[in-house]
Amino acid sequence: MFDKVLVANRGEIAVRVLTTLREMSIASVAVYSEVDAQALHVLSADEAVVLGDGAPEPAASYLHAERIIEAARVTGAQAIHPGYGFLSENADFAAQVTEAGLTFIGPPADVIAKLGNKTTARQILADAGVPIVPGMRATADDPAVLAEAAQDMGYPVLIKAAAGGGGKGMRVVQSADHLAEAASAASSEALSSFGDGSIYLEKYLDRPRHVEVQILADAHGNAIHLFERECSIQRRHQKIIEETPSCALNTDLRTRMGEAAVAAAKAVGYVNAGTVEFLLDSTGDFYFLEVNTRLQVEHPITEVTVGLDLVRHQLEIAAGSKLTLAQPDVSQRGHAIECRIYAEDPAADFMPCPGKVLYCRPATGPGVRFDAGIYPGAEVPVHYDPILGKLIVWAEDRPAAIARMIRALQDNVVLGVQTATELMIDILASEPFRDGDTNTRFLEDHFADWHPCEDGDAQARLGYVAADLSGVGHAGAADTLPGATKWPSPWQTLAHWTLRS
Amino acid sequence: MPVLRSRIDPKSDDYKANYAHMSGLVDKLKEELTRAHEDRSDKAKARNAELGKLTVTERLDKVLDRNSPFLEIAPLAAHDMYDGRIHGAGSRAGIGVIHGREVFISANDPMIKGGTIYPMGVKKTLRCQTIIMENRLPSINLVDSGGAYLPMQSEIFPDVDDGGRVFYNQALISKMNIPQITAVMGLCTAGGAYIPAMSDHVVHVQGTGAIFLGGPPLVKAATGEEVSAEDLGGAKLHCSESGVSDYLADDDAMACEILREIVSMLPAQKQADYPRRAPAAPLYDPREIWGVVPPSLSTPYDIREVIARLVDGSELLEFKQLYGPTLVCGWAHIHGTQVGILGNNGVLFSESALKATQFIQLCDRQGIPLLFLQNISGYIIGRDYERAGITKDGHKMVAAVSTATVPKFTVMCGQSFGAGNYGMCGRAYSPRFLWTWPNAQIGVMGAEEAAKVLITVKNDQLAREGEPPLTSEFEEFIRGPVKQAGEKEGNAYYSTANLWDDGIIDPAKTRDVLGLALSASANAPLDGRDQGHSTFRM
Repeated sequence: MFDKVLVANRGEIAVRVLTTLREMSIASVAVYSEVDAQALHVLSADEAVVLGDGAPEPAASYLHAERIIEAARVTGAQAIHPGYGFLSENADFAAQVTEAGLTFIGPPADVIAKLGNKTTARQILADAGVPIVPGMRATADDPAVLAEAAQDMGYPVLIKAAAGGGGKGMRVVQSADHLAEAASAASSEALSSFGDGSIYLEKYLDRPRHVEVQILADAHGNAIHLFERECSIQRRHQKIIEETPSCALNTDLRTRMGEAAVAAAKAVGYVNAGTVEFLLDSTGDFYFLEVNTRLQVEHPITEVTVGLDLVRHQLEIAAGSKLTLAQPDVSQRGHAIECRIYAEDPAADFMPCPGKVLYCRPATGPGVRFDAGIYPGAEVPVHYDPILGKLIVWAEDRPAAIARMIRALQDNVVLGVQTATELMIDILASEPFRDGDTNTRFLEDHFADWHPCEDGDAQARLGYVAADLSGVGHAGAADTLPGATKWPSPWQTLAHWTLRS
Repeated sequence: MPVLRSRIDPKSDDYKANYAHMSGLVDKLKEELTRAHEDRSDKAKARNAELGKLTVTERLDKVLDRNSPFLEIAPLAAHDMYDGRIHGAGSRAGIGVIHGREVFISANDPMIKGGTIYPMGVKKTLRCQTIIMENRLPSINLVDSGGAYLPMQSEIFPDVDDGGRVFYNQALISKMNIPQITAVMGLCTAGGAYIPAMSDHVVHVQGTGAIFLGGPPLVKAATGEEVSAEDLGGAKLHCSESGVSDYLADDDAMACEILREIVSMLPAQKQADYPRRAPAAPLYDPREIWGVVPPSLSTPYDIREVIARLVDGSELLEFKQLYGPTLVCGWAHIHGTQVGILGNNGVLFSESALKATQFIQLCDRQGIPLLFLQNISGYIIGRDYERAGITKDGHKMVAAVSTATVPKFTVMCGQSFGAGNYGMCGRAYSPRFLWTWPNAQIGVMGAEEAAKVLITVKNDQLAREGEPPLTSEFEEFIRGPVKQAGEKEGNAYYSTANLWDDGIIDPAKTRDVLGLALSASANAPLDGRDQGHSTFRM
């Protein structure tokens, strides 16, 4: 096993990885840019190295491969854990790490490269017998080729970036009239986001569920799956609520999807933890979407239902160990849900709202876990993904897990930056969610007109709490003033109030 | 403390009828407030937008703390006067908070006749200055006014309580060490130029704000010189050459931000130390007041039912409960602040007047603010009562009310007739604030009684002249117009239009209005209480 590992990431996922490193008595190294100098991942690591001159831009910091490898060399780290996002699915980076004599905690560079190109990946998996969404097997930029392919598979079609992810470069096209325009927009967006403008078309499935399967594979040819996660609740093509098991799967379907995922892993020679994503339509047919060659944001719901530490397994696999588990050893128990807490405004199209976390107090209690990268006073910089943390709950069954998550969200205090906590409570409490009637258009279908509750009383109560926490006695007054100032005045407690309201 | 037990049955027909009636009055009030805030001509809106100016509402929102209360003063001043559209007498004003600090803010509305000043506009400004001085609230002015409304200049200009008084008061306010901060967001012409000039801090918006003693039209008329408003009195000139203004702002939003910064720098202020305790909601929903108050003013109701819906925990320690029962006196808390409450439960007798006198003196000695809940037809009359000296006892109450140094607050909850208006701290007795419920009536006496008095006087005169008394037809001829006038002029809207109050309020909001005002009043320290004579047991 490694003596020292560098975590090439920031925020909650870096903190998550550092936690396991400490439990395994492996020394840890964090990297950071100047705006993250006081970030939780920096404070949680044994050592921390500033990247370059500390410039916050991702290209100069967390995306700068040479600087990260240099940090590992300087500190004597033997391996690099990339987390998710940033360089985690960058085959060149994985190759550079290996060339530098270090271990990349993830799949080999050539596997990342093969799976990173969506069209290549589809070809390999189709050949291995994994069902794929009808679509083009190669990228194209000729409008005539695109138009013909779209005609063949039938509208609506989805334009996707070959190098993409995270919704960037994606466009749904309803009719032939809009294809050319959407294709050029998607291509230029892909070019600016990934440095590669290649696009391809897929049949667009209306209201599918997003179901993915967690896999673990070692370098000795063994691969298992750790069941599914349903991630249908998405905003702007990004997941916000995930759960496992999916209520759309029966045992048979679960087995078939799990086997398909393992077949996919074996077909590409996959090593380490990965996720095979599928779209599941209402008839129970599932189609391969892509393989994420890294730890997923939502990995904790798998951890709590199968009882494994995925990061520990990643480290063991990377160190050359054989899988300690065979498929029959793995079973899932209970139900888990994750809610992602971002600094974002759900009432303003989920616009990121960076700022300062004035106060936070994580929810606790049985079956509650909060993976977070914040603390009271922490800054949420504008330069990176504004994720603050992930609230994860486990309970015996789905209704109990929903009830527990609503309670945990209500208890999970984050003041100072806007979050979508209120929206997520409303989603969890909604009838379609409780009924398990979820799909990737869930938010558009049921919560398009959602707006935060403007109940003055609730705001006033929050005002009380905030005033209490911040130790402010009375508007602008110090403790030295007489008794009049000891209790809050209605100017503090009435919140928005007018003669008309 | 003893808790008031309500005897009202919210399921009774009376309650439902009362509730429906008051609910109608409150709906109308909200409509009137909405109209006052939003009824502006398309032309005026377009002009404002074209100049790149924010609306008055937007300016207030930007200056005041987000998600905080705004206690507007006299929003319906000049209601139904002039052309019926000089809403709020052409301005918005009230108490709000900036960086947690309670301030008074006034803003001309340039979308109402270019923000020109009508006679009621002057009266409103003077009322606002009284509030500023009595409560020592920092004064924020957002000036955007074409100056006096010239067709009515004679009613605005020369008298003691006319335009000149505004600047006189500004000098006094400054001498009292109360900060005055002005943002020039439009024209400040002639007299209006003194509003920034007499302020401590002047923020000036480039492009739209201009200060001059004589505007371009007057300069042209007087000297023939043609000059633009910006060249004559714009922000550049006044911030870099004349020194009239202190802070240059690129636009309204920046000016609002600078105002906030200035307020955040103001030194802390000593507050009056009224007794306070942890605030608590009443046990009964304040909105139930709608079901307590009968539609007819002559139908009596127990003021304790109102108090139970105003005060913290519905707790009232009654003073002299068994003596002079037509006046309820007692101690309670509103949003945590202790108050001494006087509420009418019928006509004032000698005993009730004496009880009031002693209670007011006690509160004054103890530094406890006074709250008057007026529903009063007057002092008792008749030979026996005159003989017993009701006038002497009424005098004591009026004298106690007049000389009390603690802040007084008055709410018109129904009738307000005759000397009852005085003894219960009507407008002339300088309550810090006075609000009117939409059902209230104010007058020397009820309209019906006034008509009867006039008919009796006329019959007496006819009898002296040996003529026969009025026929019933003639009586009606006298009664009709008197009643009509009495009802119109006694109406809450007539009252608020004339600034006899600080606004009509939804009875359900009375508790919050009072809580906010009590807190604002604490900005002025209490003094002078330890002088004079002892309290007298009456």
